Amino acid sequence: MEPVAIVGVGMTEIMDNHLASNYADLVFEASQKALADAGMTIDQVDNVITISNDFFDGRTISSMAVMDACGSYDKNVSTVEGDGTFGAFYALMRVLSGSYETCLVCAHHKGSEGVMSLITNAMFDPIYERSLGIDAITSAALQARVYMERYGVSEEECALVSVKNHGNAFKNQVAQLPLKLTVEEVMASPYISDPLKLLDCSPVSDGASALILASKSRARQITEKPVWVKGVAHCCDAFHLGDRDLSSTRALEEAARKAYAMAGISDPGREIDVVELYDAFSYMELMWLEGLGFCERGEGGKLTSSGETAMDGRLPVNPSGGCLSGNPVVVAGLNRIIECALQVRGDAGEHQVEGVRTAIAHGINGPCGQSHCVWIMGGEA
Amino acid sequence: MAEKRKDLIKISSGEAEQPFRWSAGADGSKFLTEIRDHKRFMGIKCPKCGKVYVPIRRVCGPCYVEMEELVPVSDEGSIVTYTVVQFGFVDPSTGKQKPVPYCYAVIHLDGSDSYILHFVDETDPEKLKIGARVKAVFEDDDKRTGSLLDIKHFALLDQTG
Ligand SMILES: [Zn+2]
Repeated sequence: MEPVAIVGVGMTEIMDNHLASNYADLVFEASQKALADAGMTIDQVDNVITISNDFFDGRTISSMAVMDACGSYDKNVSTVEGDGTFGAFYALMRVLSGSYETCLVCAHHKGSEGVMSLITNAMFDPIYERSLGIDAITSAALQARVYMERYGVSEEECALVSVKNHGNAFKNQVAQLPLKLTVEEVMASPYISDPLKLLDCSPVSDGASALILASKSRARQITEKPVWVKGVAHCCDAFHLGDRDLSSTRALEEAARKAYAMAGISDPGREIDVVELYDAFSYMELMWLEGLGFCERGEGGKLTSSGETAMDGRLPVNPSGGCLSGNPVVVAGLNRIIECALQVRGDAGEHQVEGVRTAIAHGINGPCGQSHCVWIMGGEA
Repeated sequence: MAEKRKDLIKISSGEAEQPFRWSAGADGSKFLTEIRDHKRFMGIKCPKCGKVYVPIRRVCGPCYVEMEELVPVSDEGSIVTYTVVQFGFVDPSTGKQKPVPYCYAVIHLDGSDSYILHFVDETDPEKLKIGARVKAVFEDDDKRTGSLLDIKHFALLDQTG
């Protein structure tokens, strides 16, 4: 793959309710920050990708409502309905096509404006699943139970993820929900849909983010600290929950395998320095760590208990606080990429991990991680 | 929590809704008709890998081939995974909140190779377990309309016998 780099990033603060901003305002803030970070003007942006979900926005073709805010006036703008990691993938393809040298990617989400359970219910099949009222949380609970039972993972091991990530969030300026927690406190929080408790679940959030990708030659002109895309891949499992083994991470394993091959990584545990993954629920961090090959299947809880994934561990996971500390859906995956880019640059501020050379970002789409997108980034082309 | 500000205006969508009339397709219609008229489950078998799918659909995803062979599937099966839900869901089809707690399960019907999702009429954690045997309970004859809710729920089968 021709080298492509991330040359600018911007995030709004993640909040439970950005009352004073509509989603176009949030996109404007994020895109302005990304341009400022890159030292670019909007004229230097060749094309734009927006990322949004019409159901969350409560309107159709929601991307068109942010046209002005993302600076796509008179430009080629296209949209991805799905997680930010997948939107950024499309942007990468556009730069790789050779038709564009730079691409601005913007994602937005306001969970505060709709009813999350109704909207996430709408991702399920209207004939066979939707009328049962299944939603993001209850489907995740079905996955959590079968995963935990199959591998003997305890609720305490999942709770530890929540303790760690909410704790990390104290050092991240944009995080919504830093919390000083103990495993006992997570365990004592009420069941929402068992085995998931309140503090196993990510909050409802508002936020936007943006990043700019550039071709090799442009990237070097734009910045002294380009973050290179070393490997990227996505893979999708079956749509119907009933067609899947929910305890399996086969789609993630396949995406990771391809991304590692592209990046020339043979031993991810040794070669990756920091991980930002999509922990919409605490158990997901354990499953996705396994799927990414950082430990054997069912060993994610042990890896976490050993302290290896803590901020000061061998492999810090979600030093930003992750989705558990703020989950603007679809933005969340783009934030994982942005956090990794900042880590590679050494610009992550208080939650900077020391000596990051290679970082991995991960996003999901669809119920229970139906599809996964894996990004590997590094400081050298 | 964000501070309440009186200078900012929010516009409500009010009672607006977006009604749809989704086609179940020929395959889905067959599946739902079998339940409505005969209280039985029908699956469909892939000619290539032999997997039996419930509900009926046209294509085997992994093989990407068309399926035609209908095979009857039991109304009994076992629980693959389950959750007891503690928050009320406003049913979009009725506008009513479902009383909590209630139980969702992924169910493996005997004779099939895929699973379906439905309610289980039990919330006692002592009785629920992965692998527990269940049987479909259908709506009364005059109440079945050709929808997934023609199945009221699945009931746990007594394992003592
Ligand atoms: Zn097949």
